[in-house]
Formats: sequence, structure tokens, C-alpha cells
Amino acid sequence: MSQSAVQVKGEAKKGVLKRSSKVERWLHVYKQLKKNKMAVVGAWIVAFYFLVALLAPIIAPYDPLQIDLVNKLQGPSWEHWMGTDDKGRDILSRVIYGSQLSLAVGSVSVLIGAVLGVMLGLIAGYYGKLIDTVIMRFIDILLAFPGILLALAIISALGPSLINVMIAVGIFSVPTFARIVRGSMLSEKKKEYVDAIRALGASDFHIIVVHILPNIFSPIIVQGTLRLATAILTAAGLSFLGMGAQPPSPEWGAMLSDGRNFLWTAPHIATFPGLAIAFIVLGLNLFGDGLRDALDPRSKK
Amino acid sequence: MSVAELEQPLLDVRNLRQYFDIKGGVLGRTVNHVKAVDGVDFQIYEGETVSIVGESGCGKSTTGRAILRLDDPTSGEIHFNGRDLAGLSKRQMRDVRKDLQVIFQDPFASLNPRQTVGRIIEEGMSILNSVPKEKRKERTIELLEQVGLNADVVDRYPHEFSGGQRQRIGIARTLAINPKLIVCDEAVSALDVSVQAQVLNLLKRLQREYNLTYLFISHDLGVVRHISDRIIVMYLGKIVEVADKKTLFENPKHPYTKALLSAIPEPTRKKQKERIVLQGDVPSPISPPSGCRFHTRCPLAQESCKVKEPELRRGEDGQLYACDVV
Repeated sequence: MSQSAVQVKGEAKKGVLKRSSKVERWLHVYKQLKKNKMAVVGAWIVAFYFLVALLAPIIAPYDPLQIDLVNKLQGPSWEHWMGTDDKGRDILSRVIYGSQLSLAVGSVSVLIGAVLGVMLGLIAGYYGKLIDTVIMRFIDILLAFPGILLALAIISALGPSLINVMIAVGIFSVPTFARIVRGSMLSEKKKEYVDAIRALGASDFHIIVVHILPNIFSPIIVQGTLRLATAILTAAGLSFLGMGAQPPSPEWGAMLSDGRNFLWTAPHIATFPGLAIAFIVLGLNLFGDGLRDALDPRSKK
Repeated sequence: MSVAELEQPLLDVRNLRQYFDIKGGVLGRTVNHVKAVDGVDFQIYEGETVSIVGESGCGKSTTGRAILRLDDPTSGEIHFNGRDLAGLSKRQMRDVRKDLQVIFQDPFASLNPRQTVGRIIEEGMSILNSVPKEKRKERTIELLEQVGLNADVVDRYPHEFSGGQRQRIGIARTLAINPKLIVCDEAVSALDVSVQAQVLNLLKRLQREYNLTYLFISHDLGVVRHISDRIIVMYLGKIVEVADKKTLFENPKHPYTKALLSAIPEPTRKKQKERIVLQGDVPSPISPPSGCRFHTRCPLAQESCKVKEPELRRGEDGQLYACDVV
């Protein structure tokens, strides 16, 4: 009797275990993340921004490009929560639409940087020797420039536009990804499962993409999140310098630049886009740091 | 002399050398070599289990890796089934891999943590296309049962298993492509003793069923005694003695083998032998001692040992040993 009961219990346990791994791992990461209060705050900030960007047409009270010279340079009021700028455009609406631009520019440039950087890092780390030396010295050259200077140089070559900002910021994100991926590859490729797969005769491409890449994905995700903050900041900086979004598009950096001329008479014009940038960068950094801690396998008990 | 030695060996290693470069200086030039394996010859015949024993750093694992072409050997020939592996390209090597496989030491590192057990075992079948696609699932379950695991583990991930179970999964992966020769690189060293015995018995049973040949690399003489037919003793990148199990354990020739055997703990008091304790550490494989490599620690060393490198010579029981003194 008791024996069969034990057996049934064992079976039941197995059934629970089956759900396992992928779901379980993300559940674990989620739990770890939830323990970290600042990370949760960061996550909410980031989620809020994405929501605003998605719902921009619905929640924006005015057309962000609508010029209304009668009501120009007004301070915050019930009609215009964040006031109006020098051409009478509603700043709240511009900030809301600006989130679309900033998140799009940030995401695309991080994607460009991640794809190129991960590829270079994987190749350099896996093959080593001369290939590694050539790739990493090239990365060192990219790193030798201050980021904004490199981006400026690329844009002056390509011409100022939002697309070129994405390319420039993407290229300037390549080194960080390449270095992180190369480092993870170096430690991962020494593990025995890689040798076991090699002994089975798998091609290098198969080993790298199917076996190693999924195992080094967490640092890439963390870096992507943190990098998104830098990318948004750099893109705004470029637009501020007139190298990115061209007027009248409601890009935060460009809005800051517009507001600069009225800093004494109408400080709200520069303040609100500035706060928008500060908060998304803060949110992404908090979330990214929390994610790094949560994905760290050493955090498992 | 056994009958086996009359046939063609399955694996014939000749004068195998594996040097690793030491890079130094600003330009990263090669300043020296680690002579991990320095001229090794041995044969393995079909169906037998040959062990390589020796202390850490003697080149036993490196020999195994060179045979599998996980590292490209510096020089020497590796004849497997009549083909010299040392000269084969990656593509040609793939054909050979169907017959030549490996089981690794660390069951926690040798399975990809992101793959299910089923995927892990099917991997080899799909890479080498050794089993048609529609039969792979079926074969996987068959293999799992053969290594003593339940068929329902296919959807689970390696971290859910104990060391012994993982090693069984590794064995199933290896068997999936029907190899002739399996290099077992410290295959049971990471397991605790009771599990070791289970896995060793499993390996023995599979050997009978599949007519497998094992090259068993280990530092554990107890394990080696349990599983081997013949034993190769290595010291600092060279073979010092080759003998069948009985001869080696009862009548070791080389002073290093004697010292090694005296380190096995005896269960009964009566049998307690005199322990030969070697002085000093293993010399560096970067610049090994001149003459006989063991002379710096050998209790029988003479002046001539420092100059002349001993060749392998045949003893009265058919064993080979590299010592000019005994």
C-alpha cells in the first residue's frame, strides 16, 4: 500500500519537473528581479515610456507639429501641461511623440551595434590567433575615439539625418558588444560540451550559433539594455548639436537645443524634454543593473 | 603474447608528439614549447580496453585529444582502421568520427545546459546522419534504456540530473552514432565511488553488446584495474611501461610503475607493502630532464641515466618498459 503511494508521489513529482527549464529559468530571473526594488522601479519607468510611445496618437492632446504663434512661449497651464515653445507648439505632445523617435533610434542603433558586435566577438573569440588580433585591434581603434566624437565623425561623413544617427550610434556600440561576447566565448569554448560536439564532427557555424550563442545570451541582453540608455543619450546629444533629427520633428535633443535660446525667459521649454531623457536613461540603467544581477548564475541558491 | 597482437591493430599511434607554444614578448612570438606528449607509440586492437595511467600533466589526456583531433598533433602518425588521421582535413575527419568517439570527465560541463536530453542524444545522429530522421526518436529512447535511464527523461534538461545520470546521458550520446573506438577521458573520475562502479559496469556491458574498443584515460589505478586488458603507464609525455593488467600489477618492471602501484592502499594488513615515496615534483615539461626523464626522482638512478634515453624494451612477460637499469 504505502509503497504504491510513494510510487504515485514520485510520478507526480516527475510531472511537475517536466515543465522545467525555460519557463522555470525565466520565473527565477523574474523572482530575483522582483527582490531588487530599484530594478522594479526601473522596469516600470521603461514600461511606461514604451507604453507612451505606443499610445502617442491617442494620449497626445495636440498635434506636435501644430504651430500656434498666438500662444507661443506660454508656461505650464491647464491647456498646455508643459507649456508651449517658441512657435506655440504643445510641449507635452512633442515630448510624447519624441518618445517614439528616441526609443526607435535607440533600439535600432543598439540592434545594429549588437548584431555587428556579437558577430565580431564570436568570430574573434572562437578562432583566436591572428583573426582575433586583427578584429580586436580594429575594435581598439573604435574605442580610442570618445563615443560622441566617433558618432560626429560618422555623421559628418554621411550627412545629418535620423537614419544616419542610428548608424553612427550603432557603430559606436559595436566595441562593447564585441568585447563582452569575445570574453564569454573564450570561457565558453573551453567547456567540454563544445569538445563533445566537435568530436561529433559539427561545423564551426553549428557549434557557434546553435551551442555557444544561447549559452552566452544573458550578458548580451544586459548589455543591450544598458546600451539602450547610452544610445538614447548619444542620439539626443547629436540632435542637440543639429546632427540628427531636423526641425520640426519633436526629438528630445533637438527640443533641448531649441529651448536653449529661451533658458532665462521660458525655462520650461528645455526642462521637460531634458527630464524625459533623464528618466528613461535612469530607468534603463536601473533595470539593466537589476537584470545583470538577476541573470547572474551565482545568484542562484 | 596474445592472439590479438597478430591481427591488424584498430588504432596504431606512432611517434606522436604534441607541443603547445608558449607565446611571449611584445610581439607574441613563440618563445618555448610545452612538450605535453613527446614521442608516443602504442597499438589498440579491436575489442580490448587499453588504459593510459599517469599523474596529472603526464600527457595522457593530451594523447586522447590528439587521437580525436580535438588538438592537431605536432607530429606523428595516428592510424585508425588503416587511415592516417593526422593528415586528414576537417571534412575527411567527419567520416572517421562515426567510428571514433569520446566520453568526457566532467558530467557537469560535457552536456550543453540549454539542450534537452533528447536533443543532446540526437545531435550526433543528425550531424553525422547515422540514423534516418524518422527513427531518431525511437533510437534515443532505446539508448536511454540501454544506459539505464527512463524513457521519459528526453524532455528534461541536464541540470535536473545527478553526476552519474549525466554521465549515462553522455554515454548514450556517444553510443548514438555506433562508434568502434571510444576514448574515455577520465570518464568516471568525477563520480563518487559507488556510482563509479555502476558506470564502469555499464561500460563493460556495452562493450560486450556493441563490440566496443576503449581507450581509457585515468589516474585512478583502482578503476584501471577493474576495466583494462592492457595498461600504458606514462610519465612526463613518454611511455614508461606497457603491459597486460596481470603482469603490470603483479610484476611491474619500471621503477615509476612500482612507485605508482605502491601508492594503492591495501585493504588487509598482511599485504601491506613497502611504500615507495618519490622525492620532489614532476619536472617541467617545458624543459624535461636529459636522458631518462625519470632520473631526477628515480630511486635506482645511475650516472648513465642522465645521458642516455632508454628505449622501450621487451621483458620476459611480454611487457614493454623503458628502463636500462632493471
